[in-house]
Amino acid sequence: MKDEGAPQARVIPDRSFNFLANARREVERRGLDEVPVVDCDCHLYETTALPEIVRYIDNPNVRRSFERSSLGMAMHALLPGNLGDRTVSGRIKTDLDMHLPTGDRAGIHPLAAGLLHSMDQMAIDYSILFPTPMLTLGTHPQPEVEVELARAYNRWLVRDVLVASPRIRTMAYLPLSNPEASVDFIEEFAGAPGVLGFMVTAVRYQPIHENRFVKVFAALDERSLPLAFHSGPNWSDRPFEQLNRFLSAHALGFPFYAMLQLTNLVVNGLPERFPNVRFIFMEAGQAWVPFLVARLDNEYRQRSSEAPLLRRLPSAYIQEMFFTTQPFEPLDDPEHMRTMIEMMGGPSRLLYSSDYPHQDFDLPTMIWDLPFLSEEARRDILGGNAMRLFGLPAPERKRPAGAAPAAAPPGTRTE
Amino acid sequence: MSVEYRVGPLAEIPEGGGVLAVAGEVEVGVFRVNGELRAYENRCCHQGGPVCTGEIVGRYEAVLNPDRTVAGERFADDQVRIACPWHGWEYDLATGACVADPRFRLRRFEVVVREGQVYVRV
Ligand code: FES
Repeated sequence: MKDEGAPQARVIPDRSFNFLANARREVERRGLDEVPVVDCDCHLYETTALPEIVRYIDNPNVRRSFERSSLGMAMHALLPGNLGDRTVSGRIKTDLDMHLPTGDRAGIHPLAAGLLHSMDQMAIDYSILFPTPMLTLGTHPQPEVEVELARAYNRWLVRDVLVASPRIRTMAYLPLSNPEASVDFIEEFAGAPGVLGFMVTAVRYQPIHENRFVKVFAALDERSLPLAFHSGPNWSDRPFEQLNRFLSAHALGFPFYAMLQLTNLVVNGLPERFPNVRFIFMEAGQAWVPFLVARLDNEYRQRSSEAPLLRRLPSAYIQEMFFTTQPFEPLDDPEHMRTMIEMMGGPSRLLYSSDYPHQDFDLPTMIWDLPFLSEEARRDILGGNAMRLFGLPAPERKRPAGAAPAAAPPGTRTE
Repeated sequence: MSVEYRVGPLAEIPEGGGVLAVAGEVEVGVFRVNGELRAYENRCCHQGGPVCTGEIVGRYEAVLNPDRTVAGERFADDQVRIACPWHGWEYDLATGACVADPRFRLRRFEVVVREGQVYVRV
């Protein structure tokens, strides 16, 4: 072949890229623009807007301590830390453009504009938004800091961010370190535009079954509101201090705190006492749920007198809860995955979540490519279950009909 | 049927580095590893991420003492890897195999040099 005959490729010498361009390509290959997708757990880096949030703090002394601190100081001295290099020494990147206003979204909050941009790239119709650094607030030794900052964060989110678009929703932060304040929060934020329910951070040290929290569950039950436990790692917690890699602390931390909260919840009969509260467990993957089903049922058969409020096996309560999908943990054998989902209560219990822009985010393609689920089940997990749970209206379609055929997953895999 | 695209002068692809080339509909990373050229689709086996835009790093290894205690860890120079920027899957740039699970391999394209010019066939 003559060299002059070869077309010239467009060359990008520094290999720079649009972070989510590949996401758009992957969702288009599968026609996911035609499938309603609700992302039940995504995040913003709210500390980038800390001065805006601080303005909503009621307590003048707490407000003053944030106002007088630099961001670095606030992150290190005023908020509890969260050890661990998420990037594997810089190998994993995050999208630096995500917080920039784009095109005709210049008039809305830049965090909302960035989020809507990434949602479009990933074919997500609705996003349920949670914070990032404030997920550690539940371990703050000063309960008033959790209460004050959480209230300010909720107000800022509702008034300044969620107003940007009905596609952006949240489950408002509940400061469980103060049950009375939590009830006030439910009164203030239930029914606020964009608020679909409430979220408790799972990493904390207040046993949720204690009588002082009953008023919180009662307030949610009265309003039939869902309650999510958002998990996380806490490398500084005593048992995890023995783990020398973030891989280990990350792998065990999320399911550990989810298991701890779920166990207290079930063993103390909270689902029996508050049958209108839908419980959701977020960001702990799946494999821990079948483990807990087996473990708690076996223990309960032997020691049911220690859990006298239960009228059914623990698994029966667990299989009525909801679990967000990220990080989805694929197994080699699809039959194993099918069994795992059955042990969780079936596809109706799963809510797709991206966790974007965190470093182990999942595209909706992760669910769409599961070979052992019917298309109906995949659609339910991606959006149908969440739309029913939260009463979300059918999303406006972003693209005209004409779905692309299903594509093979990326790469090749040889056995 | 494959089409050959000209990427550019070989001199512009540094040893241990690479460029991203958009060849028709396909994005291809063209790398030079130990003097040899490799071309892979910019689509990670995990979730389709832009793997060819990732950090190029050496293999990281643990060194054991004769008594099997761990002496330390270091970068080794026997394998050049690329780490996908989305979630960190690492691939051997010489073979395209995922280092943690070599059943996964990047899609590889033929790459040739003629008269100092690099071409990929996609
Ligand atoms: S897409 Fe490359 S590591 Fe996930």
